[in-house]
Amino acid sequence: MKTYINTGNKDTRSGFGAGLTELGKSNENVVALCADLTGSLKMDEFKANHPERFFQVGIAEANMIGIAAGMTIGGKIPFTGTFANFSTGRVYDQIRQSIAYSGKNVKICASHAGITLGEDGATHQILEDIGLMKMLPGMTVINTCDFNQTKAATLAIAKYDGPVYLRFGRPKVPNFTPENGTFEIGKAVKLTEGNDITIVATGHLVWEALEATKSLNEAGISAEVINIHTIKPLDEKAIIESVEKTGCIITAEEHNYLGGLGESVSRVLAKHRPTPQEFVATNDTFGESGTPTQLMNKYGLNSEAIEKAAKRVLTRK
Amino acid sequence: MPNIKALNDLTTQVRRDILRMVHKVNSGHPGGSLGCAEFFVALYQEIMETKDGFDMDGIGEDLFFLSNGHISPVYYSVLARSGYFDVDELNTFRLIDSRLQGHPTTHEGLPGVRIASGSLGQGMSVAIGAAEAKKLNNDDNLVFSLHGDGELQEGQNWEAIMYASGNKIDNLISTIDVNGQQIDGSTDNVLPLGDLKRKFEAFGWSVVEIKEGNNIVAILDGMTIAKSLTGKGKPVCVLLQTVMGNGVDFMMHTHAWHGKAPNDEQLATGLAQNAETLGDY
Repeated sequence: MKTYINTGNKDTRSGFGAGLTELGKSNENVVALCADLTGSLKMDEFKANHPERFFQVGIAEANMIGIAAGMTIGGKIPFTGTFANFSTGRVYDQIRQSIAYSGKNVKICASHAGITLGEDGATHQILEDIGLMKMLPGMTVINTCDFNQTKAATLAIAKYDGPVYLRFGRPKVPNFTPENGTFEIGKAVKLTEGNDITIVATGHLVWEALEATKSLNEAGISAEVINIHTIKPLDEKAIIESVEKTGCIITAEEHNYLGGLGESVSRVLAKHRPTPQEFVATNDTFGESGTPTQLMNKYGLNSEAIEKAAKRVLTRK
Repeated sequence: MPNIKALNDLTTQVRRDILRMVHKVNSGHPGGSLGCAEFFVALYQEIMETKDGFDMDGIGEDLFFLSNGHISPVYYSVLARSGYFDVDELNTFRLIDSRLQGHPTTHEGLPGVRIASGSLGQGMSVAIGAAEAKKLNNDDNLVFSLHGDGELQEGQNWEAIMYASGNKIDNLISTIDVNGQQIDGSTDNVLPLGDLKRKFEAFGWSVVEIKEGNNIVAILDGMTIAKSLTGKGKPVCVLLQTVMGNGVDFMMHTHAWHGKAPNDEQLATGLAQNAETLGDY
């Protein structure tokens, strides 16, 4: 079984910041907008390097989304930065009308997504944003798993012409994907080969899936782990091909099971190859205060939860 | 010197277009459209510098954003009669498979439109973004926008108003259609707007008042002053006092025709008050 090495814990938001810094140097049309969270979004370096292309809008996210839409008229590629909650739910209609329906080339970059935002609690922990964004026609939805992949995704979306929602997080997590790796929007990454079960994971749950695979392997269960960094458009072929072999699937995400990756996968399988599926996700609930690890454990978003789901789904094959 | 008679003749024809468009599909918003007919004619015929043809980026020309998208009939009529598309296409307003959607959109690729609007309160932010892009591109042309007065009840406007002055967006002229009416009644009755001149000034904008917002000459004079105030470190607001339903007597001075189409008889009355000038589509 292929193994992956954690080269040291890093936050995915710093991967975004590193990517944005690089874009600032390589693409003069890239502009960045922030709603009073420059440090949290790791946009400081871009701001320092290119003050004329950095736009501080203050605590006014709706205005930020509209300004970003307007800046595309004239050829700019705006990257907006704030927490995931304020990047989506707070400005849904602005994104819907001024960006998605208008087909504007805006990159909505959202940090502190999910429950691992931690101590600030449920007001700031959004577990519904993937659903909100994937429902918008024409919106690309990406949820990266580590520092390296977030940096690669940030670079990749600048080259893609169209609205993108890029979701990443606050805590330091294992960094295990290749440094300076390629990122292909909409292309799943198969991390391990397996025959008994398919585990499709996104974001912080990808590492947890790899961890679960080790224990499952010891129990004689061979799991195929697929990193779905792009939830929309979904790599349907990769999912179908894998379950043709394994016959069952687990989806794992730091999001409500309603509206998340799991439902997207269910739709594909219901249409093309009905397959037993278990969902590792939050159970239609708000979060609460706590450390990221405590919260992931309490809400069943860890390798242990994936192992349990694996054993359940195997009985349904 | 602008040919005032020609501009007034065009305005009359635009009024006919508006009435015929909304009558045909028994829906749409004639009141605000009629109230802004002179403004749109002045803007597209005299005030804005535009290039031939249409491209989305609009570099090297003035841009216009309609925030109160429901007055699409006047927008479409003036765009067509300014050469953005064939006037015959006005026949397709609000019909299936049309580029002339109920509210303006880029989705069907209608030349002249650069952003979708209809859900209110978003256009000023977009106009500011386009103005920022012009500054980055060293493009000296201006950005114009139009907003309903009732629309200022949407909070996003005040985020935008604060941003524009704080960031010296002085290549922007945002016009407020002050007709004092909204769907449920007068703005005073629904949610009073207060003293808009003082509010915009307090937010750091230059303000131009056009008291006769249905008089072409007054509009040209006011917008010329507004243009002269650009490039001086402040965004410019034009308070354009109009009469909703202007030019059709039974539609004037009431909110009743905000979003209601005339019947056959009412159409005939309205058209009789606005004799054909340039030819119906």
